[in-house]
Amino acid sequence: MSTHDTRPGSSGGADTPGPLHGGPDDDYTPEQLAAMPREDLDRLGARYDGVEVLHVDPGPEPGSRLEKRAVRQVGLVFTLAGLSAFAFVVVYVGSGWFFPDWQWDVTETGWSAFFTPLLGLTMGLALALVGVGLVLYTKKLLPHETAVQDKHDGSHFDRVTTGATLVGGLHNSGLARRKLITRSLGFMGGGLGLMLLMPLGGLINNPNTGNPLGRTSWAEGVRLVRNDGSPIRPGDQEPGSLETVFPAVPGGNRQSDAATMLIRLRPSQLAEARPREGQDDFGYGDYVAYSKICTHAGCPVSLYEQETSRILCPCHQSQFDVTQGAKPVFGPATRSLPQLPITVDDEGFFVARGDYPEAVGPTYWNRERI
Amino acid sequence: MAATATAPGAPTTRLGKQAVEIDDRLIVAGPLRRTLNKVFPDHWSFLLGEIALYSFIIALLSGTYLTFFFDPSLREVVYEGSYAPLRGVEMSAAYDSALNLSFDVRGGLFMRQVHHWAALMFVASIVVHLLRIFFTGAFRRPRETNWLIGVVMLVLALLMGVTGYTLPDDLLSGTGLRIISAIILSVPVIGTWAHWAVFGGEFVGELIIGRFYIAHVLIIPAILLALIAVHLLILVKQKHTQFPGPGRTEHNVVGNRLFPTFAAKATGLLFIVFGVIAALGGLVQINPVWLWGPYNPAQVSAASQPDWYILFLDGSTRIFPAWDINLPGDYTIPALFWPTVVVAGAMFTVLALYPMIERKLTGDTASHHLLQRPRDVPVRTSLGMMGLTFYGVLMLSGGNDVFADKFDVSLNAMIWFGRLGVIVLPPIAYVLTYRICLGLQKHDREVLEHGIETGVIRRLPHGEFIEVHQPLGPVDEHGHGILAYGGAPVPKKMNQIGGARRAIRGFFKPIEEPAQVELEQRAEGRGLAAEESRELTSSGRPSEGGRPSEGGRPQEPRD
Repeated sequence: MSTHDTRPGSSGGADTPGPLHGGPDDDYTPEQLAAMPREDLDRLGARYDGVEVLHVDPGPEPGSRLEKRAVRQVGLVFTLAGLSAFAFVVVYVGSGWFFPDWQWDVTETGWSAFFTPLLGLTMGLALALVGVGLVLYTKKLLPHETAVQDKHDGSHFDRVTTGATLVGGLHNSGLARRKLITRSLGFMGGGLGLMLLMPLGGLINNPNTGNPLGRTSWAEGVRLVRNDGSPIRPGDQEPGSLETVFPAVPGGNRQSDAATMLIRLRPSQLAEARPREGQDDFGYGDYVAYSKICTHAGCPVSLYEQETSRILCPCHQSQFDVTQGAKPVFGPATRSLPQLPITVDDEGFFVARGDYPEAVGPTYWNRERI
Repeated sequence: MAATATAPGAPTTRLGKQAVEIDDRLIVAGPLRRTLNKVFPDHWSFLLGEIALYSFIIALLSGTYLTFFFDPSLREVVYEGSYAPLRGVEMSAAYDSALNLSFDVRGGLFMRQVHHWAALMFVASIVVHLLRIFFTGAFRRPRETNWLIGVVMLVLALLMGVTGYTLPDDLLSGTGLRIISAIILSVPVIGTWAHWAVFGGEFVGELIIGRFYIAHVLIIPAILLALIAVHLLILVKQKHTQFPGPGRTEHNVVGNRLFPTFAAKATGLLFIVFGVIAALGGLVQINPVWLWGPYNPAQVSAASQPDWYILFLDGSTRIFPAWDINLPGDYTIPALFWPTVVVAGAMFTVLALYPMIERKLTGDTASHHLLQRPRDVPVRTSLGMMGLTFYGVLMLSGGNDVFADKFDVSLNAMIWFGRLGVIVLPPIAYVLTYRICLGLQKHDREVLEHGIETGVIRRLPHGEFIEVHQPLGPVDEHGHGILAYGGAPVPKKMNQIGGARRAIRGFFKPIEEPAQVELEQRAEGRGLAAEESRELTSSGRPSEGGRPSEGGRPQEPRD
């Protein structure tokens, strides 16, 4: 506001209406205001708000060709917007009534395949045309005025008086002197804050109980089964192929850490295979089994390139060499994929000889300690 | 009050009487008039924040619609809906309801796609808005608070995106969730504890979708709404910045009043943004979750990319070298921690603190309401371009497998390009930008001193050829312009100072007489003959009927 009320404060207990709130009614009597044309009143109010209208480019001459043309344009755009909106309603309601059904079938390329695009087209057109119409209206038909409004810095008077009120209240509370109250308030605030945070403790669980990150469902004698639950014999796979296997436990194929790759090495790969230290006997014949969970960010590594013996993780492109104990050879992963020790049971199906010797999946702070 | 009602000039129309009735009760005429009279500057780049606001509104509306049908639960169900390829497949209730929403709810797919597009648009317009604020120096005192709020809102918008992306529990979003889980695990010391707090146990557990859901539909939007309110209140209180130009000073705002011009334009923009997003939602398929299938920890698809605004983190993760740090006592700081938590944290911290950093470096603590042209602040502009280049390389690396595939280059080469580029390219961008800024500055001064090149070549009596220059203002005895640079665009073409009359209106055929326009312009005294006129026009843009750009006219230095 550019003007400030300089009148004294409340009239005390007097039961008469005080001066009217807001504008300078004392300076402009109702008679004076009534005598002013609308434009002047507009300017007067603006000026009172610190706004000066500097320049007005009037809109097109009423009745001129320019105006008629602009009016036609804007009217047309609004009409088209309305038409599109009705088209939306017709498509939405009419599908399955007087149009074919809207429900889409994979095999279908008819109406239902166009249902959603038509909804988008009609609603998009309707809304966008409303906008275009408004912009055209502003640009072509409204007068272009240039107004300037003042920016004010904070008033010194306000700062000093507000400060006095605030400091006065604080002073009257006597908090500065009454140390016992400030201290107990601080104590109280700390206690209450802590108390209100406590229920969040329900979220806290100990991640180290039972070492869940370091264990999987694999154990001695657990069969390696496919996604459909069928067990695997050594001979089922071609040399050089990879199959994703799961532990034969309930829900084993949905566990996030159990997925394992059973790889049958080609003779040439087998010849140059250099397993990790102490894990020479983890494989069975030309079969090796590695965790499918990337040691970088936990994605399933799944792109196996036979020619280079590399397994690629599609998330961040870590590459592991299966002939070198699934050592990371490129990309951001730092650890080899853990190897599952496997053998064959009495019936000739693959089984695990135990759990993974280390935690599968992404690295964490105390992984080496558990 | 009675005085108003009986005074001369009391309203006689029904509408007027009702208005008086309302004001008798609420006393709103004064504040309302002040609001209607509020002046907003006119520049296209001031609309970017509005686009973000409108996208958010659409995301809120369409998202509310989606909640009517979505079941945020990881309970196992068997799909029996109308999408044949997945019938009989076991999946989570979340994915099942997302499929039903897409195939068995009339218009559901449209709304889901509108929601996704609105979310992408929301983040995109925030980023572009932020760049505008940054490069024009609009964050300087007194607007540091709003900058800070803006950066917080950007982070919240990203969190909105991440939590929302996860909800359908399809293969792609589940893979994303797996990576989020790994990132949380990678935090030193508290990683596993934090993971157990967020997921309620090991990945994936039963709780996470429900928790992300409530964060996505209640907690984060509520904070965002509150921050938007504060952001706008501060904007209204501090008034808008403006570019330097005729009559524009540090102590005023030049533009249109809210009513009717600005209100009409803003409403128009609102509808256009709504319309574009609705059209995208219907016409351009996005995240077809039914193609990915339900999440399965043993499956993944190639070329799995997050939404664009997380791509830079994916990129930084891809190019970061395999550097685990092994500490004594068998503790490990995983390599994953650096490119995700640290890089993102550092980027947003630097961004949030930038106004303070610049204030420290320049010692400029004054209030500024006039914007700067990027070329006039070469260091800031170059720093910004450096940051953008850094971000760009990361983003490119986020899609490096797609590049490698489409352009048939080695994936490993793309990774090495990212690793080197992220270090080498930003400084190059800094130097280049700095040189370009200086060049542009020099050219501005050159035009002010020597005038605009007219393209007219003249042969002097002694045989020398010269190009005639049109001075922009008064000249000294050597023929050099005496106008100083005032931070506003300098006209560099004759047409910008009225070298040609404005274009005749009409699209297919002219709707006004060329001669008439000529006369009209002469009467207005525009162009070269009217150099002294310092009157303000509605806008300095030459696009407004091709009139000479007054906004581009150089000014005396002010203040």
